[in-house]
Amino acid sequence: MRIEDHPVLGKFEKGQKVRFSFDGKSLEGFEGEPIAIALRSNGVLIHRYTARRNEPRGVFCAIGRCTDCIMVVNGQPNIRTCVEPLKADMVVETQQGRGPAKESEVSHA
Amino acid sequence: MLRYEMICVGAGPAGLAAAIEAAKNGVQVVVFDENDRPGGQLFKQIHKFFGSREHRAKERGFNIGQAFLDQARETGVEVTLNAVVLGIYENGAMNVMIGDQVKQVRAQKIVVATGAAENMVPFPGWTLPGVIGAGAAQTMANIHGIRPGNKILMVGSGNVGIIVGYQMLQAGSRVAAIIDAAPKIGGYAVHAAKVARAGVPFLMSHTIKQAHGKECVTGATVIQVDSSWQPVAGTEKEFEVDTICIAVGLNPTTQLLGMAGCKMTHVPTLGGRIPVHDLDQETTVKGIYVAGDVSGIEEASTAIIEGRIAGLAIAHRLGYMDDGTFRKEREKQSQSMKGLRSGSHGERRAKAKEYLNAIMPAAI
Amino acid sequence: MTPDSSLTGFLTEEELKEGPGIPSAARRGKGPVAVIECLEDIPCNPCESSCKAGAIVVGEDITQLPHLDGDKCIACNTCVHNCPGQAIFMVDESLPGGRATVMMPYEYRPLPAEGDGVIALDRAGQVLGDATVIKIRQTRRMDRTATITIEVPKKWSMRARAIRLKT
Ligand SMILES: Cc1cc2nc3c(=O)[nH]c(=O)nc-3n(C[C@H](O)[C@H](O)[C@H](O)COP(=O)(O)OP(=O)(O)OC[C@H]3O[C@@H](n4cnc5c(N)ncnc54)[C@H](O)[C@@H]3O)c2cc1C
Repeated sequence: MRIEDHPVLGKFEKGQKVRFSFDGKSLEGFEGEPIAIALRSNGVLIHRYTARRNEPRGVFCAIGRCTDCIMVVNGQPNIRTCVEPLKADMVVETQQGRGPAKESEVSHA
Repeated sequence: MLRYEMICVGAGPAGLAAAIEAAKNGVQVVVFDENDRPGGQLFKQIHKFFGSREHRAKERGFNIGQAFLDQARETGVEVTLNAVVLGIYENGAMNVMIGDQVKQVRAQKIVVATGAAENMVPFPGWTLPGVIGAGAAQTMANIHGIRPGNKILMVGSGNVGIIVGYQMLQAGSRVAAIIDAAPKIGGYAVHAAKVARAGVPFLMSHTIKQAHGKECVTGATVIQVDSSWQPVAGTEKEFEVDTICIAVGLNPTTQLLGMAGCKMTHVPTLGGRIPVHDLDQETTVKGIYVAGDVSGIEEASTAIIEGRIAGLAIAHRLGYMDDGTFRKEREKQSQSMKGLRSGSHGERRAKAKEYLNAIMPAAI
Repeated sequence: MTPDSSLTGFLTEEELKEGPGIPSAARRGKGPVAVIECLEDIPCNPCESSCKAGAIVVGEDITQLPHLDGDKCIACNTCVHNCPGQAIFMVDESLPGGRATVMMPYEYRPLPAEGDGVIALDRAGQVLGDATVIKIRQTRRMDRTATITIEVPKKWSMRARAIRLKT
C-alpha cells in the first residue's frame, strides 16, 4: 500500500521504523506518522465496532474531524488514530463500542 | 487578554494572503490554524495550477503554499498552529484553544478564512471501512504516501473528483470509474481528458445505489438516474472495488460567522449558505471580514486575491494606508480577479459574487 | 451521434477538427509541431507565456482559447510540459515509411526506457497497438512532468495520446 516512488513527490520522508502491537500482533510502522496510516500499510482497515449495532468503522475523513477511526491506544479509548502519531511499542486495539470501561466505573459495577 | 490589531482564522491561502498584505503595510497580525502545518488545502494539491503568471500558473499547489509560508515569515506574520478558534463574540473578542488551553484574545479586525468542508451522500453501506472522502484520499496519498485502495470508484465528476481520481492513478491505484448524477461532467475538460485517456470511464447520470461488503468495501452497485434524478430500475452496474471515494462538493465552514451574527444568504453556485459581504470582503458585522472558500467555494487563486483585498482594506481602515494608495491597490487586485472569474466556469461565480455584494446594503 | 466530451471526458476528432490549436496536415508533414487540444474557456495562459517563438496566442482575456500559428512553431517542446492541463502534444508526420512521432506529457511512475515497446492508447484510453519509446525528457525545469515521445504508424499520429507500459 505504501507509495515507493511518487511521480511528483518522490520518496516520502518518514521517521524511524518502529514496532507496535495491534490486537496482540506485532506490526511495523514509521514513528510520527498517524497510527491509521501504519495500520493501513499493514492492511488493517477496521478500527472499531459501533456500540449499538456492532458495525465496523474505519478511516473516513483522515483529518481528525469525523471520529470514525477512534481506537483504544495504550489502554485509552476514543483516540483519533488518523491524527495521533505512532510511537514505538504503542499498544493499539480495535475499539468495541465505547471501549473498555474506566476502572472507577468497573468498581461501581 | 491578548490584544492584536488583526487576527486571521485559518492559515490557508486566503488567511495567509490577508495576513501578508496587512503585515506588509505595518499591521500587527496573528494567524490561528487548527492544523499542525499551515497552508490549508494547498498542501494536498500536487498538480500544476491554471491562471497566468501573476497567479503563479503552472506551479504546483504545494509549492505555491510553500512560497506563501516563506513570505509570511519574511513579513513578520505570526502563525500559531494547533489553535482552534472556538467562538467570535462582541467587539472582536475570541476564544481560541491552543493545545489544550483556552485563551481569550481580542482584535480590532478579524478575517475569517476557515475554508470549506466536504459534502456527504448517504447510501446503504456508506459507513463501511473503505468508503472515504476525497480529502481523505488526498491526505493519505499526498501527505502520508499511502494508497487509499487498490481499485477505486470515484463518486463526483467536479474538479475535486477528477483531480483526486488522477492523483489516485499517480499513487498507483486503479480507478474503476468516475460517476456523477449530473448529466454532464462538472470539472474542467482538460482534467477530464487526462483521466479519460488513462482509460477511466465516466458514467454520467449515474448515482451510487449501494456499497457491498460485510467488514470492508468489496464492491458497489451504481444505477442510472433520469432527468428528475430518479433511479431507473434495471440499469444497475456492478463494480468490484475496495474503495469508494466521495467527492460531491464542498460547503463553506461558516459556524464562527453565524455565531458572530453575520448575515448569510443561500447561493447554490457558491456552495450553500454564504456570508453576505461587500467589495472590501467585510461582512454585515463591522470589523469581521471573510476571504476564500468560506465566502463562496472557488479556488486557491481567487482565495488569495480575496485575502489580499481584505488585508488591504484592513490596513487602510487602521490608518496604515492612504485613500489613494488603497483604491489603486484594490483596483489592481480586482483586475486580476476579473481574469479568474471569466469563462463559462468562472462567469457564474462572478455573477453570484456580484449578487452578494449588491444585497450588502440591504442586509446591514 | 457519438457522445461528446461533456459526457465521456475525452475530445472527439469531430470536436477537435475546428480547434484553433490544431496545425494543418501540411504543417504536420513538414516536421514536429505543437498540437493544442484545449477547447474550453478556462482562465489560463502558460502556453502563451512560455512560447519563445510567439507561436501561441491567448490574448489579454486569458479565458480565450490558445491559437497556434504552425509556421512560427519551432517545436521547442516547452509548452508540452508547461501546460497545466497536459493538453499539448508534439506531432511529427515527416518521418519516412508512413511513420510518425507523438510527444506527450507523462506524470506516472515508473517511466519506460528509451527503446521500450509500449502500448499506444487513444484519447479514450482504448488500445491502438504497439509503439516504441524513442525519447524521454525530464529536467529540473519541467517540474516533474516528463515528456515521452513514441513512434507510431502515421495513421495514429492524431489519435495516440497516452501509453500503457507492457508488464
Ligand atoms: C482536489 C482539489 C483540487 C483543487 N485544485 C485547485 C486548482 O487547481 N487551482 C486552484 O486555484 N484551487 C484549487 N483547489 C481549491 C483550493 O485548494 C481552495 O479553494 C483553497 O485552498 C481555499 O483556500 P482557503 O484559504 O479559503 O481555505 P483552506 O485552504 O481550506 O484553509 C482554511 C484553513 O482554516 C482552518 N480552520 C477552519 N476552521 C478553523 C477554526 N475554527 N480555527 C482554526 N483554524 C480553522 C482549516 O483547518 C484550514 O487550514 C482545489 C481543491 C481541491 C480539494
